[in-house]
Amino acid sequence: MNQLQNFTKGFIRENPVFALFLGLCPVLGVTTTAINGMGMGLATTFVLLMSNIVISLVKGFIPANVRIPSFIVIIASFVTIVQLTMQAYLPSLFEALGLFIPLIVVNCIVLGRAEAFASKNNLISSIIDGLGMGLGFTFALTLLGAVREILGSGSFFGMKFIQGDGILIFILSPGAFIALGYLIMLARKVNK
Amino acid sequence: MEYLLIIISAVFVNNIVLSKFLGICPFIGVSGKVETSIGMAGAVTFVMTIATLVTYLIRTYILIPFGIEYMQTITFILVIASLVQLVEIILKKASPALYQALGIFLPLITTNCAVLGVAILAGQNDYNLIKSIVFAIANSIGFSIALIIFAGLREQFELADIPQAMKGVPIAFIVAGLLAMAFMGFAGIA
Repeated sequence: MNQLQNFTKGFIRENPVFALFLGLCPVLGVTTTAINGMGMGLATTFVLLMSNIVISLVKGFIPANVRIPSFIVIIASFVTIVQLTMQAYLPSLFEALGLFIPLIVVNCIVLGRAEAFASKNNLISSIIDGLGMGLGFTFALTLLGAVREILGSGSFFGMKFIQGDGILIFILSPGAFIALGYLIMLARKVNK
Repeated sequence: MEYLLIIISAVFVNNIVLSKFLGICPFIGVSGKVETSIGMAGAVTFVMTIATLVTYLIRTYILIPFGIEYMQTITFILVIASLVQLVEIILKKASPALYQALGIFLPLITTNCAVLGVAILAGQNDYNLIKSIVFAIANSIGFSIALIIFAGLREQFELADIPQAMKGVPIAFIVAGLLAMAFMGFAGIA
């Protein structure tokens, strides 16, 4: 597999959300607006990229039977970095994402890539894999956020284009499930 | 009364799966059969209660006195991961029957965000020891109810005639959306 394929696989074919169904809690939880989805996606991308880099560098030193706890500590450190940085510089986004920031640590996509890719591949491939998967995840969150924001509050990235309210249910929890269900169906059609 | 409020709120009004979106992976992943979903619900109840108890003690007696609350994420996830291992080892020796029943679900729980989520939420709400435990049990009941109802629904529509592209996960999400809508009916009661 060449590096370009390695990078683009995360967008549609192996998209963490639409094809692998990994890390779905933040996908549903924070996507009330496109900007929240994007913020969450980029935070996850950072953690994914950094943990892929570190794990790919230290993979030779970690004994096989303690690798999962070691990966979790590495991931948790980067999550803490994101948490503190966001709290300091982007307090409103930090407020909006809330609980889901510390929960990046249990996002299956991060540990999944660490275990399935970074612990077996070299540095360059791991960086590209981390970036590709992370941006694919960001793409999915932004798309779902945009759909819910357009339908639910009639705005796009905060710019309002209709008078009054939208279809309120898309901002509430049932809308998250339903919109994601339809997006997965569309992704399947595209993949075929 | 206060405890009752915590329980009703966590089970119905702010259901952990359908309204807080925690624990979606097992909710979608192991809800194919009612039987397996009961196993998963049991394992989550068990681990969530113990994890909330232990993380409460760690926060109150280690993190806060030493002023290192920023270590919360790292310590909690390590505690939960080792707790899951410990529970697995103890169960294997002490109760092979229960271990058989929960077996494959236990390792999966480490990455169930509901467990870490409830442990963090109990701290954010400033609950004391008893309230934290009640909160954890109530949330695991909420998780179990949502999971088992959903598994029952999935068993039914497994046989339904639906478009090819909708089969499996997409239709599961749409049904989950309808279930979430039904749970919104509880909104006024707490």
